[in-house]
Amino acid sequence: MNHLLIAPVVLPAIVAPFTIMVLRHHLSLQRIFSLASTLVLLAITIVLAVQAADGTVQVYELGNWPAPFGIVLVLDRLSALMLLLTSGLALAVVLYAIGSGWDARGHHFHALMQFQLMGILGAFLTGDAFNLFVFFEVLLIASYGLMIHGGGTKRLQAGVQYVVYNLLGSSLFLLALGTIYSVTGTLNMADLAVRVAELSPDDTALLRVGAIMLLLVFAIKAAVLPLHFWLPASYANAPLPVAALFAIMTKVGAYGILRVYTLVFGPDVAATAGLVGDWLLPAAMLTLAVGAIGVLGSREIGRLVAFGAIASMGTLLIAVALFTPQSIAAALYYTVHSTLAAGLLFLVADLVMERRGGAIIAQRPMAQAGLIAALFFAGAIAMAGMPPLSGFVGKLLVMDAARDNDLVWWIWAVILAGSLITIIGLARAGSEIFWKSHDASHIREAEPERPVDDSQPPPEEPAPNAPMLPFIACFGLLAGLVLLTVFAGPMMDYTNATAAQLFDPNLYIDAVLRRAEP
Amino acid sequence: MEILFASAVGILTAAGIYLILRKRTFPVILGLSLLTYGVNLFLFATGRLMVNAPPVLNKYAEVPYTDPLPQALVLTAIVISFGMTAVVVMIALGAYLSAKDDQIDMIENTERAGDDA
Repeated sequence: MNHLLIAPVVLPAIVAPFTIMVLRHHLSLQRIFSLASTLVLLAITIVLAVQAADGTVQVYELGNWPAPFGIVLVLDRLSALMLLLTSGLALAVVLYAIGSGWDARGHHFHALMQFQLMGILGAFLTGDAFNLFVFFEVLLIASYGLMIHGGGTKRLQAGVQYVVYNLLGSSLFLLALGTIYSVTGTLNMADLAVRVAELSPDDTALLRVGAIMLLLVFAIKAAVLPLHFWLPASYANAPLPVAALFAIMTKVGAYGILRVYTLVFGPDVAATAGLVGDWLLPAAMLTLAVGAIGVLGSREIGRLVAFGAIASMGTLLIAVALFTPQSIAAALYYTVHSTLAAGLLFLVADLVMERRGGAIIAQRPMAQAGLIAALFFAGAIAMAGMPPLSGFVGKLLVMDAARDNDLVWWIWAVILAGSLITIIGLARAGSEIFWKSHDASHIREAEPERPVDDSQPPPEEPAPNAPMLPFIACFGLLAGLVLLTVFAGPMMDYTNATAAQLFDPNLYIDAVLRRAEP
Repeated sequence: MEILFASAVGILTAAGIYLILRKRTFPVILGLSLLTYGVNLFLFATGRLMVNAPPVLNKYAEVPYTDPLPQALVLTAIVISFGMTAVVVMIALGAYLSAKDDQIDMIENTERAGDDA
């Protein structure tokens, strides 16, 4: 067994308690350890991604108990891709939090961050449905702490809503798992796949109920309409660097849908065939529409980006719901893109919030407005799906994959109209925040002691100590987007191979259950 | 026994959902607790209901046994829901103390705060 497989779970699980118990009074040491841990995680996930790239499915049996009796961690191309994405985003968020001082506004930011990473990475690795639930809870309970980091009335109230909504989701998850277990008698995903395929067609009513409940759980996590209500308030009121990390949490829901509905309730299984796509496709289109309209209607930059994240989940899930190898490959490409883009925009939104508040109205210019405006511009281009950044490539791939579907005109119309509305919303926000602020006639809160000259914008004074680290984090994410665009070809080769692997679940099942190769 | 058990699960779940739809934080948390009790019982029953059967195999005699896995799952679920309830109580207390109001509906709160100001 390759022990590196469990390192992404074990490393943060050791660093986090160590941070709480030993380093609780030493912020600088916490920062060093958190950063070092995240860097090591990135290195580990790169190694794992290289190992998984040749198409082998690696299995790690916890306690050396063979599946289906023990819990297994499984690494295939999909898991490796998500692991790498998570640790890359986490590195940017940790850098940003350190540079902006967010981690000093409450206690235990870095410990919670490491626990959060442990939950997310574990959820991507596990090959057991109940273990998936446990890792969901780990990442959720850490996210509750991060969500209310720094405190404040609105944040706490939004936190209550977020926690209650997710506890409901967890209960539903347990109900779904119980239902599936009562039919199949196993919760190991590979074993489930075997048992479900063997089930007689007239014995599947309960199983279908379980499959739909599981879909609802993942849809809550992925913020699919009409289960998206928790997202805007939570993300907009959370500390925005944390919201940037949460950009990967909606992808956990998408990952769950991808994993379970290709492996266990695959397209070939008679009992549940067509169950998911029929429901998910219209819901995803609605999600995209509502997200785009939300972008247009937001009066606050945090909510703006949150709705942008919802819209990108809509696009992503349209591709997932088509359930063809081509569309899944497009969905994976778009997953990487939208995670980086949403993370970047949340970080830029925090830069804006810190300097002038989040309201989308013209105010007096802020420090480093030019740099932030450029970053916002790049992030907005990426999120709206305009050339030259990867959002354009991603949307093109999704639309190309929809070509053979019956609803192709609906899908194209929704994606294109959604993009247009998103562009308008982002352009409006950008021009209010960055351009009109230099024009005195639009400023509603002009300060009396410093009259603003019409012809000449006031000299921008840099913030008292404008650290470089937040900008390094933002430019890191932007560099990720650029690389994703430049290397779109190799990336598509990888996602195509991943999709092919997902549509050949026997490889996964053989590896986990140690069945001999046929 | 099945009817008794099923109705217990059903009533707990129904009461839980009713309470979750209330507007104040305290009933919502109570509702969540009831719902998790219902879910735990349901999970327990997924291994089928057996009386006087230990959850261990006996290789020396043909005695009835019950499925041990749901019991392990229920233990995990109980621990997790207990911890989660504690977390939500703490956050709700924090929100109540800082807002002086335990409405779970945020929009109304902000409007009211605006009126006060």
